[in-house]
Amino acid sequence: MNFLSLFVLVPVLMTCAMFLCRNMRQIRAAMMTGASALLALSVALTFMFLGEREAGNAAEMLFTADAVWYAPLNIHYSVGVDGISVAMLLLSSIIVFTGVLASWKMSVLPREYFGWFSLLSIGVFGFFISTDLFTMFMFYEVALIPMYLLIGVWGTGRKEYSAMKLTLMLMGGSALLLVGILGIYFHSAPEGGQLSMNILDIARNRIPMSAQYLFFPLTFVGFGVLGAMFPFHTWSPDGHASAPTAVSMLHAGVLMKLGGYGCFRVAIYLMPEAANELSWIFLILTGTSVVYGALSAIKQTDLKYINAYSSVSHCGLVLFAILMLNRTAMTGGVLQMLSHGLMTALFFALIGMIYGRTHTRDIREMGGLMRVMPFLGVCYVIAGLASLGLPGLSGFVAEMTVFVGAFEHTDTFHRVFTIVATTSIVITAVYVLRMVGKLLYGTVQNKEHLALTDATLSERFSVVTLILAIAGLGMAPLWVSDMINSSLLPVVEQLMR
Amino acid sequence: MEYTVLIVLLPMLTFFVLGLLGTRLKPCASGLVGTLSMGVTAALSYWTAWQYFTTAKIDGVYRKITAFDVEWLRFTDNLHIDLGVLLDPISVMMLIVISTVSLMVHIYSLGYMKGERGFERYYAFLSLFSCSMLGLVVATNIFQMYIFWELVGVSSYLLIGFYYTKPEAIAASKKAFIVTRFADLGFLIGILLLSFYTKTFDFGLLTSGDGSIFSQAAGTTFMGGSAIAWALALIFVGGAGKSAMFPLHIWLPDAMEGPTPVSALIHAATMVVAGVYLVARLFPVYYFQAPEVLHGIAYLAAFTSLFAAVIACVQTDIKRVLAFSTISQIGFMMVALGVSGYGGHAGTGYMAGMFHLFTHAMFKALLFLGAGAIIHAVHSNEMSRMGGLRKQMPVTHITFLIACLAIAGIPPFSGFFSKDEILAATFHFQPVLGGVMSFIAALTAFYMFRLYYNIFWATPAEHEHEPHEAPKTMTTPLIVLALITCVAGFIPFGKFVSSDGADYIIHLDPVIAVASVAIALVSIGIATLFYRKHSPVPDALERRFSGLHRAASHRFYIDEIYLFVTKKIIFNGISRPIAWFDRHVIDGAMDGLAFVTNKMSLAVRGLQSGRIQQYVLVFLCGVLVVTVLVLFFE
Amino acid sequence: MEIQMEYYLILGAVMFFAGVYGFITRRNLIAVLISIELILNAVDINFAVFNRYLFPAQLEGFFFTLFAIAIAAAETAVAIAIIINIYRNLHNIEVKNLDELKD
Repeated sequence: MNFLSLFVLVPVLMTCAMFLCRNMRQIRAAMMTGASALLALSVALTFMFLGEREAGNAAEMLFTADAVWYAPLNIHYSVGVDGISVAMLLLSSIIVFTGVLASWKMSVLPREYFGWFSLLSIGVFGFFISTDLFTMFMFYEVALIPMYLLIGVWGTGRKEYSAMKLTLMLMGGSALLLVGILGIYFHSAPEGGQLSMNILDIARNRIPMSAQYLFFPLTFVGFGVLGAMFPFHTWSPDGHASAPTAVSMLHAGVLMKLGGYGCFRVAIYLMPEAANELSWIFLILTGTSVVYGALSAIKQTDLKYINAYSSVSHCGLVLFAILMLNRTAMTGGVLQMLSHGLMTALFFALIGMIYGRTHTRDIREMGGLMRVMPFLGVCYVIAGLASLGLPGLSGFVAEMTVFVGAFEHTDTFHRVFTIVATTSIVITAVYVLRMVGKLLYGTVQNKEHLALTDATLSERFSVVTLILAIAGLGMAPLWVSDMINSSLLPVVEQLMR
Repeated sequence: MEYTVLIVLLPMLTFFVLGLLGTRLKPCASGLVGTLSMGVTAALSYWTAWQYFTTAKIDGVYRKITAFDVEWLRFTDNLHIDLGVLLDPISVMMLIVISTVSLMVHIYSLGYMKGERGFERYYAFLSLFSCSMLGLVVATNIFQMYIFWELVGVSSYLLIGFYYTKPEAIAASKKAFIVTRFADLGFLIGILLLSFYTKTFDFGLLTSGDGSIFSQAAGTTFMGGSAIAWALALIFVGGAGKSAMFPLHIWLPDAMEGPTPVSALIHAATMVVAGVYLVARLFPVYYFQAPEVLHGIAYLAAFTSLFAAVIACVQTDIKRVLAFSTISQIGFMMVALGVSGYGGHAGTGYMAGMFHLFTHAMFKALLFLGAGAIIHAVHSNEMSRMGGLRKQMPVTHITFLIACLAIAGIPPFSGFFSKDEILAATFHFQPVLGGVMSFIAALTAFYMFRLYYNIFWATPAEHEHEPHEAPKTMTTPLIVLALITCVAGFIPFGKFVSSDGADYIIHLDPVIAVASVAIALVSIGIATLFYRKHSPVPDALERRFSGLHRAASHRFYIDEIYLFVTKKIIFNGISRPIAWFDRHVIDGAMDGLAFVTNKMSLAVRGLQSGRIQQYVLVFLCGVLVVTVLVLFFE
Repeated sequence: MEIQMEYYLILGAVMFFAGVYGFITRRNLIAVLISIELILNAVDINFAVFNRYLFPAQLEGFFFTLFAIAIAAAETAVAIAIIINIYRNLHNIEVKNLDELKD
């Protein structure tokens, strides 16, 4: 069996295990085993990948496997990874792992909860390893549907509304996407011959310009909705605010990355000419969302809303970087996906932990929590500093790579939007410090908060794992950045074609 | 000299140790760990300096030595961030300054912060700061500098906000961070521009004097300035933020909310001169590529210096006086760099700026530490709560006096020598500017002695506890710094630091020297008349110029303008409407779409009445229509 | 006088449309059921007539008629059972009241 298929197999087994588990202990054991296995697999994969590259294996995708799945439409189950997918798999497994830890205390219908959670993981991992458009799309849908139930059943606040909104908007996006994918499929062999769903095959053939003009925007917007591109981002604040902790983590940490990854892997890689021609439209949108999200975050009072808008800003930067269409900026975009994934998962984990204790997320009702729960407080500050791009933490590396790459364009249009995007580092500082100041510093607002306890062991473990990942990426970025950069060569060659 | 990397790594290690294990240690243990590690760092710095200045000279010119270098992040083949240690005269000089002051502050804090909650956290932050500041000065490339620049900013944020339950401290720390961050945005864009055209971050290449790397930018202009000039101006914005140049100075006075030793270390001696250091580091680039920017810097700095000196004359919080005095003195250093030429005697300004940086760091740290001792004794920052302390606090009194004389420019204290060189360079550049700077020097002498007399002479205030001299841990650093202040002026500084690395022999210009001493003495005399005993003159003057006085004591309303811009315009004028727009227009559009769909489906639902007879009727009509059509078109 | 095929067909058509008219306009379920029977029987007549006149040698039309009668009987039985149940629940058998499944 192909090594990569294990990434799908393990969550499948986890889902099946949920049918067999009888009590909380068994559920936790099963989930923990599965999540650790995924983490171990992805670490192993990273080393194997780097080893192969070191040994001089220059193939675009490594560890490939292929099996026909539905012959009439030439759909294959085909998998393979390059440096970018490896990075994404690593991110996903870290977040799934910490997400399981963060929902350690889930008491409402735990079997079903973890069952859907595992199903979601199947979709996520499957998406990142697929190299076949249809299989990719299928896994994408597999990842979306459980989200509806996870928010609708286990959420808080206006959960039905949020779940419905999120699902409908994302489904709307995937409808566009489906049209885009079919369009690509039917134009995948312009000189005649077998039509193909395989990304690598399509990239070798050149999709006709007229088709590219039509299907590039469809695909980009389709994935862009999931990547929280302005003005299709409004599912994000409501959805995150209602979702349970681990789901927020997984959703903001990984699912939103599906959008960025898809934009890059499908829209830009397969339709480079249209990308060159049309990128300016989306640059305006994403450039706007970088600043717009950050400015909106300043005035929010709900912790999750602040973070959701901050995600809009940071994810906007991901798409912004990818649209710069050069190697440095794209490397930065992928780094930003990693960095934002880890950082926002940390934020949502901490917000969940704080909310679990104070039962409010309104920063006006809290204050002085640093003295009450120093561990969570310090971690929150670290998350905030990562978010505002402190050197030594992951955000800095990603943002700087993006900005240096974006500066390679000399025309005024790109310069202006790059400078607009860079101002976000100041605005981010404003809302992060405001939030940290109100939430953690000062004196305790609510006398009941004085009796609150600090993080439990499983919570600490989850938070520390994330912080280590963030700091690791921030302090020793070279290997990740190189891994991503070298995998971008085919894409850049496509764009130069 | 690879061991020099330890100078940066050791404090970092200490930070991690104290940060992770601090709460497990006894407070005094963590203080000792921090201080010892700083002691070792200082020793290493001195050893480095000794080794560098004795061996690095080739053909009478100091070389730049890259003692350590490791690639950290690669953007493109040319642009990569390295982390390393660059030794050249100014970085080595800065190593001495930072490690000396930092060590003194570490020792001093053992007494000053005793019994404070979060003692270990304090030492952890101090270590973090020392690490980042040392990393900043030894940066081999401009991006490394930016990295540590940000780290310095954040450690300053953490230290100003050390008393995190105090609302003023939180506000001040936030303000400091955001204002400097805003300036750093300029710095970042400047770096991006500069590196885009020169294809390098490396200081060695940038300052090598090889003009070819700038050739690509030569044709590019924007609004009348060349791309390089814009880049350099933007980089200076970053420096202006950290070094509190007008109009980005507003964070520094507020930053005094932090513990006093922190003010001494960060906001007087080291971090605030980072901007000066930055300009000095890139001096050849400024001088050869954009001299107009350099001159702009000189005028801006002169204005800042004057502005701050005027405000310092009327402040009543002793730390605020010192803060404004710091701004004013940094202005001196910037002016010196701005008016300087390159090489030989033309480079007086450069040498003088660095010299003043060195001497100022020592005596300003001394002043702050002295002020700390006084605040420790009377539990207040206000001058009115002091007075007559010379008897109770003799050591503090003498050391403070030495520092005041130094800053006023009285020989033989160190400030005289450095300030005199600055004045000489300025007069050489432009006599009017020289006159302004002399006037500022007079103001400096005046407000410093106003401070001195108000604290140590004048009418004693009522105290709950009798003020007493500070403990040994606090007075020792005072004495050490005072000794340095006494002798530092006699260091042949030009032998070590000069614009082109060659020897520079300092001659005192007798006219300027005599004149400036005379001016200082007159100012001191006026201050003595006004403040030594209670005198009606200051009050009368205050009434006479009440408008000016009020404006100056409100710091010319700059903070209010900022507050207006941020609160009213950015928060309420931009951010709030955007948040509203998002919730109501964008989200409303999405909700509206759902609403319309819902309504549509309700409308269509009427067709599904459930009445079979109706269905049959419709069906029948359909059949008829189809039949007719088929018959008709057959 | 030879009875023409058209006479039968006219009878069938009249019965069919009477049935359709009744189906659409009657309010009472029994009347609706009777209308359905009319429609079915109209079709049955047509089957028989076509068979008799057009394909006298074959019997498929008659068989089909017999089938239809049998099914109509079964259908009537089911329909009456349903109507009785409806009557038990609603105490009337008006068509317009039967829209509970709509919502």
